[in-house]
Amino acid sequence: MAMAALRREGRRFAAPIISPQPLNPFRSSISSAEDQAFLGVRSISTQIVRNRMKSVKNIQKITKAMKMVAASKLRAIQTRAENSRGLWQPFTALLGDTPSVDVKKNVIVTISSDKGLCGGINSTSVKISRALHKLNSGPEKESKYVVLGEKAKAQLVRDSKQNIELCITELQKNPLNYTQVSVLADDILKNVEYDALRIVFNKFQSVVSFVPTAATVLSPEAVEREAESGGKLGELDNYEIEGGETKSEVLQNLTEFQFSCVMFNAVLENACSEQGARMSAMDSSSRNAGDMLDRLTLTYNRTRQASITTELTEIISGASALEG
Amino acid sequence: MIRRASTGLLSRSIVAGVHHRHFSSTEVPGADELFMMAWKRIMPNLDPPKTPLAFTRLRPSSISAADIASKLTVNLVSPYSEFSNREVDMVIVPATTGQMGILPGHMASISELKPGVLTIHDENDVIKYFISSGFAFIHSNSVADIMATEAVPIEKVDPASVQNRLVEFNQKLSSASTDLEKAEAQIGVDVLVALNSALSE
Repeated sequence: MAMAALRREGRRFAAPIISPQPLNPFRSSISSAEDQAFLGVRSISTQIVRNRMKSVKNIQKITKAMKMVAASKLRAIQTRAENSRGLWQPFTALLGDTPSVDVKKNVIVTISSDKGLCGGINSTSVKISRALHKLNSGPEKESKYVVLGEKAKAQLVRDSKQNIELCITELQKNPLNYTQVSVLADDILKNVEYDALRIVFNKFQSVVSFVPTAATVLSPEAVEREAESGGKLGELDNYEIEGGETKSEVLQNLTEFQFSCVMFNAVLENACSEQGARMSAMDSSSRNAGDMLDRLTLTYNRTRQASITTELTEIISGASALEG
Repeated sequence: MIRRASTGLLSRSIVAGVHHRHFSSTEVPGADELFMMAWKRIMPNLDPPKTPLAFTRLRPSSISAADIASKLTVNLVSPYSEFSNREVDMVIVPATTGQMGILPGHMASISELKPGVLTIHDENDVIKYFISSGFAFIHSNSVADIMATEAVPIEKVDPASVQNRLVEFNQKLSSASTDLEKAEAQIGVDVLVALNSALSE
């Protein structure tokens, strides 16, 4: 009867462990608990539950600390992201945003994080990039990837390795500033042939909401073509170009400047989204750990009481046997 | 509601055959319809990403020539700060062709800026910023966008360090060997000379 009770306890250990995801180290201790239960060792099973409780508590502390670190990093970077939001507005006012533009060479710049444990934002960026790639490949069109960040690189390398032109990682080693991003943008523009650049990132709306966004920057030739064909940029000819340079030179400087501005804002917004997503992931993780700790406490008490009961029953049955 | 109004606008203009759309005015739809339709066709289960059009701020609508605004709306943006929707009387920008004054009703134009002083005249206030190059867009609805890579108020510039850096860069220019070094030193000298003259004004 005692064996049956402990076997039941063993199975109850298994159930709460499987649901929460990040807590993998428990898998090995499940098997040892069941082994111990089957062998019939009674008093040591409280030890196992106690060990598990200790590790869950440690995990809870770690995730709480990670949440606070993410919160402080978010505070630092949020003001900078908000200040940089005005930077791309004039470009959209002048050149508009035409994601449906039909060009031959598309380059998709995917911005993601280097570190993990930040929820689903990197997967959404990769999904959107893949969809844009599908939208823009056809008989005459092609699209290539430029990947910023380890996480997107890991996902895209799996199936689109030949389409990746450039991979840039460790972007956030030094605090983000415009000089660094403009050098990066210059690098991309020099090494990659493009007619349209599509930058995919997560825009930071609030601590719990990150909106996947795709910004489009056209090359100077594409801008001229759109302006001439009288499409969406038909108004561009009304603008007089001041200065001695030709229109194409000014357009080139303009599009390069636009790319670096949009990149700067995109990188900052993505960094904010990353910290926000990490905050919520760590928060739900600590809450899960807390729930698990409650359940383990109940299991511990039941196990303890069961072992006391078995000891008492043995003593009493032994005593009654002696009395005859 | 805005979406419905904008699809109405779009279909009307398609029918008319001419697809003129002022991005610099408020009649900007919240999204690009063609893109949305193409996306839904290819990926019906995934929400389409938002585009910058969805996040642009409202701007005054384009005005015809007869109806010129009395004040100029200025947006001065830089990667680290923005200063937008100020209604002022006049702005003087350091364009590559020289100091250019912008009054309300100025013709639409795009100009590149060189390092220099940006002056904003508002009633009797005069605010000066030092700009290290950028672009200035003037739209036909009396809105001026000035994008600078760095914009600092003149009061925050320290004259002594400007002099030191000028000497340093002049030295670098004279001792530069490769084209790249020469170009970098030249840029430094240009900016510092402009700063110097700005401080002495």
